[in-house]
Amino acid sequence: MLTGVAYTTWLERKLIGRIQNRWGPTRVGPFGLLQPLADGIKFILKEDLLPDYVHKGLFILAPMLALVMSLISIAVIPFGETITIAGHTTALQISGITHAGGGISDINIGLLIILGVTSIGVYGIALAGWSSNSKYSLLGALRASAQMISYELALGLSLVGVLLLSGTLSLREIVSSQSGHWLLAGHDTHVPHWFIFPQIIAFFIYLSAAYAETNRIPFDMPEAETELVAGYHTEYSSMKFAMFFMAEYVNMFTVACLASLLFFGGWHGPQLGFLPPLAQSLLPVVYFALKVFFFIFLYIWIRGTLPRFRYDQVMTFGWKFLLPLAIANIIVTSLIVAWGA
Amino acid sequence: MVHQVLFIVFGLICVAGAINLLVQRHPISSALSLVVVMASLALIYLLLGAEFVAAIQVIVYAGAIMVLFVFVIMLLNAGAEERTRGSRIALFVGVPGVVVLAGTVGWMLVSGSGRLGTVSISSSNFGETHNIAHLLFRDFLLPFEITSVLILIAIMGAVVLGKREN
Amino acid sequence: MVPLSWYLILSGILFSLGVLGFLLKRNIITIFMSIELMLNAVNLSFVAFANYWNTHPVADKSIVPLSGQVFVFFVMVVAAAEAAVGLAIIISVFRTRETLNVDRVNLLKL
Repeated sequence: MLTGVAYTTWLERKLIGRIQNRWGPTRVGPFGLLQPLADGIKFILKEDLLPDYVHKGLFILAPMLALVMSLISIAVIPFGETITIAGHTTALQISGITHAGGGISDINIGLLIILGVTSIGVYGIALAGWSSNSKYSLLGALRASAQMISYELALGLSLVGVLLLSGTLSLREIVSSQSGHWLLAGHDTHVPHWFIFPQIIAFFIYLSAAYAETNRIPFDMPEAETELVAGYHTEYSSMKFAMFFMAEYVNMFTVACLASLLFFGGWHGPQLGFLPPLAQSLLPVVYFALKVFFFIFLYIWIRGTLPRFRYDQVMTFGWKFLLPLAIANIIVTSLIVAWGA
Repeated sequence: MVHQVLFIVFGLICVAGAINLLVQRHPISSALSLVVVMASLALIYLLLGAEFVAAIQVIVYAGAIMVLFVFVIMLLNAGAEERTRGSRIALFVGVPGVVVLAGTVGWMLVSGSGRLGTVSISSSNFGETHNIAHLLFRDFLLPFEITSVLILIAIMGAVVLGKREN
Repeated sequence: MVPLSWYLILSGILFSLGVLGFLLKRNIITIFMSIELMLNAVNLSFVAFANYWNTHPVADKSIVPLSGQVFVFFVMVVAAAEAAVGLAIIISVFRTRETLNVDRVNLLKL
């Protein structure tokens, strides 16, 4: 996971460089592939400042809280069915339990846990700005917290459409309900039963709200490098700054995983029968990884392309556009589900 | 056995957080200890088989209401408390009153604990989301709709009260 | 196997600590947080009884066993509404009086 985060930074620097018509890291190792290693060594060796005027307890707690909360949400994400090595079957999920008969127990409220952990993650940013005891940090932290709690609503409501279609909060069961094909008036269209097709509006609401939750461009106001002297993490140096950085990328990864689990069918994909059994059980993981990679690529692509919203534009967009649209989506979806039942 | 150990651990964290809320001078430390109390209460709800309520406790209480508190404390830049005349009177009158209240409730519960039974982690998952949804949207539909109106009134009140007069 | 009275005693302890905070503290926001602590203590009693009625068969058929958890939902909604309005009042008090100390806000005249 953490290696994935490190190499996502490499990918981002390369892609942004290419979008901006320059090379990106090329010096350290072939194609700059050892750049994250160099960055890591730099962060560890840099002096870890603890200024006198900060509130010491909260200053140290805030980045740890942000990182721990991001990592907890990875624990409930399933990335495959089961894998059987040397007769021992394991469920491909950190918090999944495999029964003797081959069934997998998942947490019943997996989706709610991810939403709850996102809500607690707001504290990391708010406390970071507060404890730094400086005007820029406080302003950045207040804006970031307001933005994050505003978009949590649209995020949660956009997922209700998926819940209506699948009828469960457990992530593994949501993916299972996306197997098979859509039936149109009894005929089997060969379109996979993914929830992106009926819930395309919810998908766009989810992506916009998730970009705002992870504080990425175009909702980058809290970390605006050119505007607020780097916002709420102005006073942080070396490892603590690296922890905020890592928390942001892990959050990006969680959003990408959730988008592929809830809207794109998780690990479902064409079955290739000619592969040996071990490769066959790894094939779902490959499909999942491809979908997650697509979403991370989308994140980086949008970062390189769009300008940054102003703060009042961010708030208007969240409250006056996304929230009514999400509620309308819930109403339409529930009417269709109730009429079809 | 494990149930008792877990309950005692989480219960001690709850009480420690609540005492920290009272002892701390700066409101932000009190707010953070209240968040710790709410998180440990969510864990106790999980012990009691209420999984949906535990998730809601974290999302709504610890993740939204307390963020609002922390936000307001940061916005108003509240400093540490000072000792004023009223706080002395409250100390001499309030503490014995609360001790009497707590003692009465505690004595009643301890003496009546023989008639109440035990709570166990049961295998039947009664606290699942769809069970609560069945109750909420059938038997308790009217209170549910009334709470929606209540939230609407609260939103309007908060917006009106928060406006600056210019 | 934990006796139900232990949960109720914990709820009682938290409630009395909330009352103590409400009486002793002088900062408006801390008083408000003590009110939230009291509401949380009551929520714990509700959930404990919901579990109790679900695991022990209840003779009175008018008690819905899981209604304790539904009541927690309503208590949370009311607490959220009250927190929003109360904090808005606190902000407007702060704007006029410039202080958050309850003892200094004791006259109607500014």
